[in-house]
Amino acid sequence: MEAVQVHDVYKFYKKYADRHKFLTIKSALVNKTLFGDLQAGERFEALRGVSLDVKSGQTLGIIGENGSGKSTLLKILAGISKPTTGEVITNGRISALIELGAGFHPEISGRENIFINGVILGLTRKQIQEKYQEIVRFAELEEFIDNPVKSYSSGMFMRLGFSIAINVNPDILLVDEVLAVGDASFVPKCLDKINEFRRQGKTIIYVSHDLATIERICDDVIWMKKGKIEMRGYPKRVVDAYLEYIGKKDEKKSLVQHGEEEKLSGNEKEKRWGSREIEISNVKMFDAANREKYIFEADEPLAIQFDVEARAAESDFVFGIGVYNGEGVNCYGSNTLLENYAARQIQGKGKVRLTMPALGLVNGSYFLDIAVHKRDGYPFDYHHFQYTFRVTSSHRDVGIARIPHHWEFSDNIALFKNEDS
Amino acid sequence: MRYNGHSEIIMIEKLKEILRHRELILILVSRELKARYRGTVLGFFWSLFNPLLLMLVYTVVFGFIIGGGRVAGFESTKLYALFLFNGILPWTWFSSSLLESSNVLMVQGALIKKIKFPIEVLPIMVVTTNMVHFLFGLPVLVAFFLIFGKSLTWWVLFLPVSLLAQYIFTMGLCFLVSALTVHFRDIKDILANLITLWFFATPIIYTYESVPKALQYVLNLNPMTHIVESYHYAFYFGSLPHWKRFSVTILVGLLFFYMGYLLFDKLRDTYVEEV
Repeated sequence: MEAVQVHDVYKFYKKYADRHKFLTIKSALVNKTLFGDLQAGERFEALRGVSLDVKSGQTLGIIGENGSGKSTLLKILAGISKPTTGEVITNGRISALIELGAGFHPEISGRENIFINGVILGLTRKQIQEKYQEIVRFAELEEFIDNPVKSYSSGMFMRLGFSIAINVNPDILLVDEVLAVGDASFVPKCLDKINEFRRQGKTIIYVSHDLATIERICDDVIWMKKGKIEMRGYPKRVVDAYLEYIGKKDEKKSLVQHGEEEKLSGNEKEKRWGSREIEISNVKMFDAANREKYIFEADEPLAIQFDVEARAAESDFVFGIGVYNGEGVNCYGSNTLLENYAARQIQGKGKVRLTMPALGLVNGSYFLDIAVHKRDGYPFDYHHFQYTFRVTSSHRDVGIARIPHHWEFSDNIALFKNEDS
Repeated sequence: MRYNGHSEIIMIEKLKEILRHRELILILVSRELKARYRGTVLGFFWSLFNPLLLMLVYTVVFGFIIGGGRVAGFESTKLYALFLFNGILPWTWFSSSLLESSNVLMVQGALIKKIKFPIEVLPIMVVTTNMVHFLFGLPVLVAFFLIFGKSLTWWVLFLPVSLLAQYIFTMGLCFLVSALTVHFRDIKDILANLITLWFFATPIIYTYESVPKALQYVLNLNPMTHIVESYHYAFYFGSLPHWKRFSVTILVGLLFFYMGYLLFDKLRDTYVEEV
C-alpha cells in the first residue's frame, strides 16, 4: 500500500522585489496587483514536476543541495503548504519534525507546553496525559519540567520538542534536518527512536545533509536538484552519485579560489594575520602522482606545498600546519618545533613541502591552517582556514581520523566480509 | 487525506471543522491567559486597568472639569461612571480583539509555517481570550452597581444574547482584518485610528437618546451602537433593548461573520508564504 503519493507537483513562490517586500493598500490599488496571478519571471519555481510514491513501511531519504526543493517538498507532504499544481495523497496520521518546539510559549512551564504542543500536533488532552511520563522521561527533563520554557537551553528545548512530536505516534514521520541542532548525546537516542519506528513498519521520510545517516537508515534515497528528482534508488548508489557531483563542483570552485589567491581582499584579513617578515604564498595540494588536486580518497597520499619569502635573514622561525574538519574540530596539528627541527636560517625565496603518505581521514570537508611564526608564537604569516580539501571515499566509518585497524574473531564467530564496500 | 491546488468545501462543513478544533482553541486561550498573568504581581488587574482608567478619565473630564459636578442627562456623576463602565467593558473586548487580530498571524508565524495548523484558530483565539477578559470584568461591574447603590434587574439575563451577538460580529471583522493584514501591512496603522473614531461614534461616553435625531440615523448604521446599547439595557437601564434594531444587528453580524470567514478561507493558502 502507498503511504504517500505525489503526482506531478509544482510549487511556485513569489519573487519579491527588494523595493517593496510587503504591499500597501495604496500600491496594490495603483498597480492593480490585488491578489493577481503571478506571471512567469516573478516567481521562483521551488518544485518543478515532482512525482513519487512511498510504500507504507518504507524509509525514504531525501538529499540535495540547499535550495533544491527538499524542504518545500516536505512541507507540502506535511500539509503545511499547498502545491501550486499537482496532487498529494497521504494515508495515515502524519507527524512532521520540521521545527521542534514551534508553538512553545516561553513564559509558561514545560509541563503546560507539553499539553499545548500535543494538542497543536493533534492529540487529545487524555492521550497526552497517558504519554506525559514517557515524554518527560525521553526528553530527560524530569527536574526542569515545571520551569518556564524560556529558562531552557537550546538542547533542552529541542529534546522536549522532539519527544512530544515523536510521541504523537504517527503512521508517517517526516524529519527535516532537526537533529542537526541537538546535543551530541541526544542525537543517537533520536536515531534509535527512528529505528524503532522503522521496525514497527511506519513510513519515514528523512531529509538531511548527513549522508552517512541517510545511507544507514534509508531503504531508498531521492536526490533533489533544482526542484526536480535527479535520481532515485539504493542509498549507496544515489549518495555516491551525489558525492561525485558535489566533488566535481567543489573541485572547480577550489581551483578557482586558488587561482585568485594572490589578490588578497579586505575580508581575508580576519583569516590571515602576522608581520609578513616571512610570507607564505601559493599554497597547493598534490596527490601521489604530483597532480594538483583538492578531492582525496581517505587513505590517499597528500602533499601540501607552499612558497615562502623572507624579506631579511631570520634565524627564529617555525613552520606549522593544522587540519580542521567541517565542524571546526582540530583533527591534527604539528609544526617543525614540535618535531624537533632547530631553525638555523631563512632568507629570500624558498619552497616548503609536507607529505602525508596516507591521509587517514573520514569523509567530509576539511580546512587547512598554514603558518610561519617565531618559537614564542610571534606570527610572521598565519593563514587560518584559507584552504579546503575534501575527502570522499566509499568508506563509511565515522569520527575524526581513520585509525589503522583490523578485526580478529575467534573460531566460533562467523562473519563474511563483503568485498565491495 | 488529499490536498491539491483547488479545494472547496461548503460553509457548514467548515464550521463543523472549526468546532472539531475546540480543544485546541481552549488550550490556546488558556495559554494566552496564563502567559498574560504569569510574572505580573497584579495579574488579573491589568486586563481591567485600561477600562478603569478610561472610566476615571471620562468621569473626571465630563463630570468635574466640564460639568462642574454633574453630567447632562445623569442624576449624578456616580451614575455616569456606571454607565461609562457598562459600555467601556464590551468596547475593550471589541477593540482589543481587532487590534490583536491585525498581527496575530505574524506573531504566531511559527505555527503557520512549521506545523500543519488550522489557521482560523488564531483569530478565534484572540476574540475568545478577550471575551474571557471581558467576563472577568463583569463581577467588577456588578460590584460597582452594588457600591453605588444602583439595583440590577432580571434583564441582566439578557447578557448571553448580547455576548453572542458581539462575538459573531467581532469574529467576522477579525477574520477580515487578520487575513488582509497579512497582505497589506498598513491596515494595522489605519485600524488603530479607525478604532478611536469608532469609539466616539458609539454611544459609550454619551447616551443614545442624548444624540440629535438626525445623528441617530448615522449611529444606527453602526452595529456596535446596538451591541453596546444591549449591554446598557441589560445592566444600566434594566429593560428590553430595542429588539428590532438588535435583531437586524445580529443579522448584520452573521453576514460579517460569513464574509469574513469566506475571505479568510479564500486566502488561507497564502499565509504560509506571506507571514
